[in-house]
Amino acid sequence: MEKVIEVRHLVKKFGSFTANDNLNFDVYQGEIFGFLGANGAGKTTAMRILCGLSSPTSGEVKVSGYDIYKETEKIKRNIGYMSQKFSLYEDLTIAENIRFFSGIYGITPKNRKAKQEVLLKNLDIESSKDSLIGSLPLGWKQKLAFSVAIFHDPKIVFLDEPTSGVDPITRRKFWDLIYEATDRGITVFVTTHYMDEAEYCNRVSIMNDGRIEALDTPENLKKKYSAKNMDEVFLKIAR
Amino acid sequence: MKQFTGFLRKEFLHIFRDPRTMVIIFLLPIVQLLLFGKVINNDLQDSKIGIFDQSHDNTTREITSKLLSSGYFLLGAELLPGDDVEDVFRKGKVKMIVTFGPEFEKSLERDGHADVQLLADASDPNTARILTNYASGIINDYVKKEKLQNIQLPNQINTEVRMLYNEGLKSVYMFVPGIMAMILMLISAMMTSISISREKEMGTMEVLLASPLKPIQIILGKVTPYLLLSFINTLTIILLGVFVFGVPIKGSFIFLMAESFLFILMALSLGILISTVAPNQMVAMFISVLALMLPTILLSGFIFPIKNMPWPLQILSHAMPPRWFIVIIRNIMLKGTGIMFVWKETLILMFMTFVFIALSIKNFKIRLE
Repeated sequence: MEKVIEVRHLVKKFGSFTANDNLNFDVYQGEIFGFLGANGAGKTTAMRILCGLSSPTSGEVKVSGYDIYKETEKIKRNIGYMSQKFSLYEDLTIAENIRFFSGIYGITPKNRKAKQEVLLKNLDIESSKDSLIGSLPLGWKQKLAFSVAIFHDPKIVFLDEPTSGVDPITRRKFWDLIYEATDRGITVFVTTHYMDEAEYCNRVSIMNDGRIEALDTPENLKKKYSAKNMDEVFLKIAR
Repeated sequence: MKQFTGFLRKEFLHIFRDPRTMVIIFLLPIVQLLLFGKVINNDLQDSKIGIFDQSHDNTTREITSKLLSSGYFLLGAELLPGDDVEDVFRKGKVKMIVTFGPEFEKSLERDGHADVQLLADASDPNTARILTNYASGIINDYVKKEKLQNIQLPNQINTEVRMLYNEGLKSVYMFVPGIMAMILMLISAMMTSISISREKEMGTMEVLLASPLKPIQIILGKVTPYLLLSFINTLTIILLGVFVFGVPIKGSFIFLMAESFLFILMALSLGILISTVAPNQMVAMFISVLALMLPTILLSGFIFPIKNMPWPLQILSHAMPPRWFIVIIRNIMLKGTGIMFVWKETLILMFMTFVFIALSIKNFKIRLE
C-alpha cells in the first residue's frame, strides 16, 4: 500500500522541553489513523508539524510524498485540516464559507457549484444554504466543517479532536461522514479523547510523554495488553 | 490573485455584517469630529458677566457697551451698591464681574488713571483666565484708542499681537489633526489587531495557515480592507474639517494624503504587532485602548501641550506616533509647509513603521516554530 505519511526520527523541542521524542510511523493511503494520547502527550504538536503549521527540530517527515522542510506549499495543497474549534466563519453563510474555502484552494466556480450541491444534499441542508453558520446547531456545524475541510479532495485530512463536546448520536453520524471520505480514498488522521472512537480506527498510535508507546490495529492492541476494550489499553499504557 | 480577492470579499463581509465594526468605522469619526469641534469648544462666546458701575459716566457706559458688543460677553446682572458679590457668583448667574470705581471718568482725566476691577469665578480656572484676558484686552484697547489719542506719551512701546496660522484662535484647528490621528489609530491599529486575533480565537487562523495561502497573503488580506477604510475616513475628516469648520489646507493636498498614508501604514503595522502578541480579541482590544487610545489623547499634544508635561512624560511622548503625525498635519494644513520642514517627523514615522513590521515578523516566526 502507498504510504501517504512517513515519519522518521521526528524530534520537536521547545527550549529544554521535548514535545516529540523520536517519533517513527507510517500512515497508508485510505486508512483511518487514530492518534491518541493524554493532554500534553505531544499529539497536537506532531499533528501541527505534519500540517506545516510548525517545523520539527530534527528528523525526516514526508507528507503525501513531499518533504516537510522544502515542499510545504505542495503539502498544503494536498491536505485538509479541521481544528478543535469549528474552523468555519460564524458570521458567513454556508454558501459563503464554501465559496471562500474553494477560492483558497483554487476550485473553479463551476466546479464549486456542482460540488456544493452534492455536499448540501448529502448533509440534507439544502434549504439552509443561506443561513449564517452561527445560527446552526453544533452537530451541523461540525459536519459542515468536515465537509468543507475535504471539499478540495485532499489526499489526507487532519482532524484535531473533531468531536469534542458533541453528543454520542452526533458523534456516530460524524463518523459515518469519515467512513464516506475514506471510501473516496481520502486518508484520515484523527486525534481523539474518546476511546470508543479509537475502536473505529483502522490503526491507532498511543502517545505518552512525547513518545509513541504503541501502534497497531485496535484488535491487536487489545490482545497484546489483554484488555477488553481500548479504554483499558489506554489506561495501561498511559499509566 | 483570485485567492486574494476571495479573501478580501470575506473580510468585507465580516466588516459589513458586524454592526459594532460599522459604527466604529463609519459613525465614530464623524461623531468624534463634530463633538470635539462643536461641543468641546475652548473658545468663549456669550459668557454672562455682571457689571457694577459706581460712577455711571460716559466712559464706563462706553466700555460696558464695548464689552457687551464684543460677542464674548452677555449682561447677566447689573449690581447695585450693597449687593453681595459672592451671592451673585454663588447663584451661578455670572462668570465674571466688572467693577468700575467711583468718579471713573473724572479721575481718568484728572490723574491719568482709573480703576477697573475684574472679579472672575476661578472654580473653572481656564475659563476665568480667558475671560479676564479678553475683558482687559477690550478695556485697554478702548482706553488707548479713545482716551489717549491726543496725549503724547514719551517713549511708548506698543505691542501688536497677531496670531499667525490661526488668527481666530479657533480650537477646532487643533482638534482636526488630533482627531485624524486618533481615528486612524483606532481603525487601523485596533480594528486590524482585533480582526486578526479573532481568527486566532475562533481557530480559523490555523485552518488558513494550513491552507496554500502564504502568511503574507493572510496578513495583507486582513490589512487591506482597513487600509481602504482608513483612507476613506481620512478624506471624510479632512472634508468635514474644511467645509464644516473652515480649517484651511494651505499646503499640498497630495502631500497631506501621502503623509496620512504613511501614518495609516504605521498604525496597521502596529495593529499587526499587537495581534501577534494578543491571544484573543479581548486582549487585543485592551492593549489597543491602553497602549494606543489613551496615550494618543493624553500624550500626543493633541489636547494637552507637551511643553507643560513633567519631563518623564515629555520623554515618553516622543514614542507616541501621533505626536509626530499631528505636527506634520498642522504644518501642512495651517502653515502650508512642504517636506523640507517635516522631513524629520516623516522619517521618525517611517522608522516606527519599519520597527513594528520587523517585530511582527519576528513574533510571527516564533509562533510558527
